[in-house]
Amino acid sequence: MAEKSYRDAIRDAMMEEMDRDPNVLIMGEDIGVYEGTFRITAGMLKKYGPKRVVDTPIAEAGMAGTAVGMAVVGLRPIVEMMTMNFSIVAADQILNHAAKIRYFSGGQVDVPMVIRGPQGAGVQLSAQHSQSFESFYGHFPGLYVVAPATPADAKGMLKTAVRGRDPVIFLESAALYGMKGEVPDDVDFTVPFGQARIAREGNDVTIVSYSRMLQVSLTAAERLSKEGIEAEVIDLRTLRPLDLEPAYTSVSRTHRCVVVQEQWKPFGAAAEIAASITEHNFDELDAPVERVTGEDVPMPYARNLEVLATPHEEQVIAGVKKVLYANG
Amino acid sequence: MAKQKSESSAAVADAVCAPEWTDILRQMILIRRFEEATEREFRRGKIGGYLHVYIGQEAVASGIISALRKDDMVYSGYRDHAHALALGSDPSRVMAELFGKATGVSKGKGGSMHLFDVEHGFYGGYGIVGGHVTLAAGSAYGLRYQGTDRIVLCYFGDGAMNIGSFHEAMNMAGLWGRDGMCPIVFIIENNGYAMGTSVERHSALTDLSARVRAYNIPSEKVDGQDVFAVRGVADRLVRQVRETGKPACIEAVTYRFSGHGAADVLQPYRSKDEVEEHRHRDPIVILRKRLGEMCGLSDDDVKKFDDEAAERVAKALQFAEESPPPEPEELYRDVVAE
Repeated sequence: MAEKSYRDAIRDAMMEEMDRDPNVLIMGEDIGVYEGTFRITAGMLKKYGPKRVVDTPIAEAGMAGTAVGMAVVGLRPIVEMMTMNFSIVAADQILNHAAKIRYFSGGQVDVPMVIRGPQGAGVQLSAQHSQSFESFYGHFPGLYVVAPATPADAKGMLKTAVRGRDPVIFLESAALYGMKGEVPDDVDFTVPFGQARIAREGNDVTIVSYSRMLQVSLTAAERLSKEGIEAEVIDLRTLRPLDLEPAYTSVSRTHRCVVVQEQWKPFGAAAEIAASITEHNFDELDAPVERVTGEDVPMPYARNLEVLATPHEEQVIAGVKKVLYANG
Repeated sequence: MAKQKSESSAAVADAVCAPEWTDILRQMILIRRFEEATEREFRRGKIGGYLHVYIGQEAVASGIISALRKDDMVYSGYRDHAHALALGSDPSRVMAELFGKATGVSKGKGGSMHLFDVEHGFYGGYGIVGGHVTLAAGSAYGLRYQGTDRIVLCYFGDGAMNIGSFHEAMNMAGLWGRDGMCPIVFIIENNGYAMGTSVERHSALTDLSARVRAYNIPSEKVDGQDVFAVRGVADRLVRQVRETGKPACIEAVTYRFSGHGAADVLQPYRSKDEVEEHRHRDPIVILRKRLGEMCGLSDDDVKKFDDEAAERVAKALQFAEESPPPEPEELYRDVVAE
């Protein structure tokens, strides 16, 4: 074990996989000479050269589409989206091509590729640079969609993504890049997809979340503990496939559930999660499953408005108290 | 002088009369008969979805694909039956795919627009106009990255040249080509129409090759009805691309005799006279005449090829008809790797 930042965990995962397998390469905008907007790829061009660390034009469709073509012939491209907001320029390449060619070819090709980059609210990045895409990508069969909340998961899940046989949407949280945590040193440490984990144990209420909102939920749980409310916090880790078994088990015990996401409420990931828990635990629930989400507006620029638009500990605490009928 | 001239004519005649050209004629006839049958089967309800036939354009598929090596790769758009057949896909399995049967090349899960036959070098069959051009460029990079001298052919229509992914792909191919990292031959199947919108109405610059050259990719215009001309350019560019790793483009000027798709019956965007005029330049007739004049190919020979193709198509139809549909479990297979 070593203490690493979320950023370094991602870089380590990529470099270890590039050392392990010559078919792994990374491509993206300003990842080489410029060393990456978020410096995730710093030092990589020097070590691996321009054939394996490919600086591309600002052309997301080109990046994603060529990566599909590389994957089809056996390479394992990692595409860095400077932010996931730009990945929607490549939506056709990702959704109509990467996600579907295994199926419509009757299984004749593997498409081992990773599309990774930061998403979510930053600090005053405004409407086009603050969005979250888990429900957007999570809607489409043929993709894996993951959103790690810790440095260890970031490393272990990125390795699983690179070693897989299918396209993976790897959603990072820019706000977590500086976060530190213990990360196993073993170069073969991987975290499998589709396995949620219990991040905190508790018996009074179940909070289900992922990525940065998992950290917000854990902070909220500590504050609730001081009031005598013990929340169990589930980290989903993977959005597609969604592993809700730990949540179902937990809700069977707590009878109350809050789902926390940063993105907008309508048609969001929390809607799918809440509906599934309601279907599965219908007779055991003592309150409707509560959704804590971002406000349903484009992200504003002014700092005070931005703070209002994104969920914080206070909203999670209020959600928990609502399902416990403990307000006022 | 006279002697020299006659020797060179003899050399041309030898080249034209090589058995390969008879094979290309037979292939083009097979493609034609196959697709005529698909139009009938579509009307009978045996083939569903969309059906886009290549009738009139056969020289563009056969003329270039015949210049490839077995281990090269081909990408196409949705008008893709001819490419699969030219690559050697089993006509029975292609027909079964169109019938939605388990024995189809894509197990009945792709249909007309998504033929796929990796064993024969066919990497699809794509239904989003221009969407596959990026994939083809990426595969070309991949083949060089792996140290091979395999190349990629990427077919698309004139209608694909106005969408963003096309331009992103061409620019990246041009860039990678500078380092010898993009061995790909792009082929513009310029049949004059993007569905029903003519080149004049859809492209600000009607010289399509000039648009490709803007990406530092050489492009040559060729009469797409003359398979000799097509093959001549293809031989040269395939060799050049394989040697240099730099992309090149062929603009094959052609014409589709049938509608855009099986539902395009009225064709209000073009006149009957225009279609008739182009039918006089049928690529199969042009090749047949040439082989007749220069190599003594007889009407009986051609009749034999026609019968042979009809028989092959009849066999394909029977195979497709008798094949079972996919098992219900197939619904869930191939979504992701198991």
